[in-house]
Amino acid sequence: MSKKLTILSTAAAAALSIALMGAPAHAADTIIGLITKTNTNPFFVKMKEGAEKKAKELGVTLQAYAGKADGDNDGEVAAIEELIAAGAKGFMLVPSDSSAIVPTVEKARKAGLLVIVLDTPLDPINAADATFATDNFKAGELIGQWAKATLGDKAKTAKIATLDLAPNEPSVDYLRHNGFLTGFGIPVKNQKHYAQSDSAQIVGSDVTAGAEEGGRKAMENILQKAPDIDVVYAINEPAAAGGYSALKAAGKDKGVLVVAIDGGCPGVKSVKEGIIGATSQQYPLLMAAKGVEAIVDFVKTGKKPVSTPGLDFFDTGATLITDHPVPGVKSIDSTEGAKLCWG
Amino acid sequence: MTEAAGSAEGRTPQEFERALAAASTAQASFEEEHLPLLKRIQRFLHSYPTVVPFVVLMMGVLLGLLVNYPRFATANNLSTILLQVTIIGILGIAQTLIILTAGIDLSVGVIMVISSVVMGRLGVIDGLPLIIAFPAGLMCGIVFGALNGALVTRLKMPPFIVTLGTLSIIGALNTFYSQSETVRSGDLEAQAPFLQLMGYPIEFAGARIILGTLLLVALAIVVWYMLNRTAFGRHIYATGDDREAAHLAGINTDRILLSVYVLAGFISSVAGWVLIGRVGAISPTSGQDANLDSITAVVIGGTSLFGGRGSIVGTLIGALIVGVFRSAVSLAGLDVLWQQFAVGVLIIVAVALDQWIRRVSN
Repeated sequence: MSKKLTILSTAAAAALSIALMGAPAHAADTIIGLITKTNTNPFFVKMKEGAEKKAKELGVTLQAYAGKADGDNDGEVAAIEELIAAGAKGFMLVPSDSSAIVPTVEKARKAGLLVIVLDTPLDPINAADATFATDNFKAGELIGQWAKATLGDKAKTAKIATLDLAPNEPSVDYLRHNGFLTGFGIPVKNQKHYAQSDSAQIVGSDVTAGAEEGGRKAMENILQKAPDIDVVYAINEPAAAGGYSALKAAGKDKGVLVVAIDGGCPGVKSVKEGIIGATSQQYPLLMAAKGVEAIVDFVKTGKKPVSTPGLDFFDTGATLITDHPVPGVKSIDSTEGAKLCWG
Repeated sequence: MTEAAGSAEGRTPQEFERALAAASTAQASFEEEHLPLLKRIQRFLHSYPTVVPFVVLMMGVLLGLLVNYPRFATANNLSTILLQVTIIGILGIAQTLIILTAGIDLSVGVIMVISSVVMGRLGVIDGLPLIIAFPAGLMCGIVFGALNGALVTRLKMPPFIVTLGTLSIIGALNTFYSQSETVRSGDLEAQAPFLQLMGYPIEFAGARIILGTLLLVALAIVVWYMLNRTAFGRHIYATGDDREAAHLAGINTDRILLSVYVLAGFISSVAGWVLIGRVGAISPTSGQDANLDSITAVVIGGTSLFGGRGSIVGTLIGALIVGVFRSAVSLAGLDVLWQQFAVGVLIIVAVALDQWIRRVSN
């Protein structure tokens, strides 16, 4: 019986090997890499789609990698090393740890690869050849301004809960958080760090890993400490949805203003359903497609991409989506947002 | 009888003795030749357990050559594979010691990370001299290893549960102490370049080997010698094979176990030092799956999870197998998830083989 099993499993391994061998060995001369934080977040899945489509159009090979989990720096280091070994011309990277990945990025640039960072800037930002990103601070500012205008006089006393990303605070985390506070009118003490001590109005902060489960857990924890909450800021819509389900389970979902950032299709739907009050929509497909274009352009002409004037990165834009527009903050409604959404 | 023996000299053979002349004069031998092929393979593998991982490694290399010969066979690619297995190789050595005693250590990865964080924070952020910062990092491994060992031997808790607990505890301490801040490479270069030493590349013929890889080889030789040529090493095997019997034979098994956990902790913190060199910076979120990856290397390398059987060489080959498969899958232009898939299949095949080999006597 077990002999058979052993033989069977050996055969399975052999079959796998054959299947791998049978896979087309791409011999295309131009390899372009894409390294995202994870393979599970629809934001990155969409990014991969955008890059793949563009790569096909331009006749280059896209090789995609992803970390095992948000914060998996080692996985991204390994991916960059493999791209160098594979002779790639350049790659796009969404860093999990904005500063720990820098020495490896430098190694790649020394080997002649063009490095374009997407979504989350490196620390320092000029460690990459170019950065294509949403202005995360501005995206946060938009939802902050909207929340402030919606609350009116109550804004000065409103109790805020923040559902953040990860304990190592990658730049996207503190930029969105501090952007939101700035838009809401709360001064931030340290621009590169967030802390509950910034204001007495912040009654709770917790990390969510940018996922629904994490959002729910984080909100439950915050509700233990502070049962009355007026505004919930969330790093993205999955975290916001998780937070909302915790509020609902506790019977506290009425009258709470939930704001988020991303503009994914499920998120825009949540805006339509009134679960999320407003969200800042960003454009991952555009980021990745532009990244592939820039690398191909670099291979052909040797020209490196340039930043948006006045910024140290190329701004791919953010738009506020809400069905309750307020004067002074430009926005589009959820129907229009659904046409532009991703994931 | 004595009468017959006495008169045996000089007489003609009796009738019944004639048959002897036609009988075989060969010496007594085992009847291995008559065993079915599968049974013989089983015996062979029982005596040489490293053969299977070696064959799998060769299959992986062949696969790599087949999918992309011009890229795979370059010195650059092969040295990338070595680079990528360095950390897991070192942790694998620590894990092998533990698994040889029929234990398991889920905390090797976090011990590695907290050691690197302690070295980096003391040396860079607190600005302490290296002579304090570096040993303090290594001490971390010894202290946490001793904690694991004490819980296993004094409280008689199963190693899986002990290290599941310390994994969580050390992980939390790491987040607390590091404040989730990355120690940046520029600061390390300026204030504690020694910590990055293991990442120093040695180049020859297009290959880049980092010092850390050489350290791995040196460490493997030392531990191999210890396991095979010293009483302590043989006691580790004996304790893992049958703790009760080893105890009855006069081995202080508690002391052996405690030493093994301390040693594994120490080796894990050495891995932390190498990790700093490899990444260039110190990320407190590093090594999230390093514990499982090290167990994978040990298991694929043919070391039995039931203790008492296995080798350091096997573990090194096990780590290389994972690296070679990853490289092959990547050069084939396939998604890295298929490497994960292949490793999963390998683990199951390796353990199935181990179960089969263990039944050699039946």
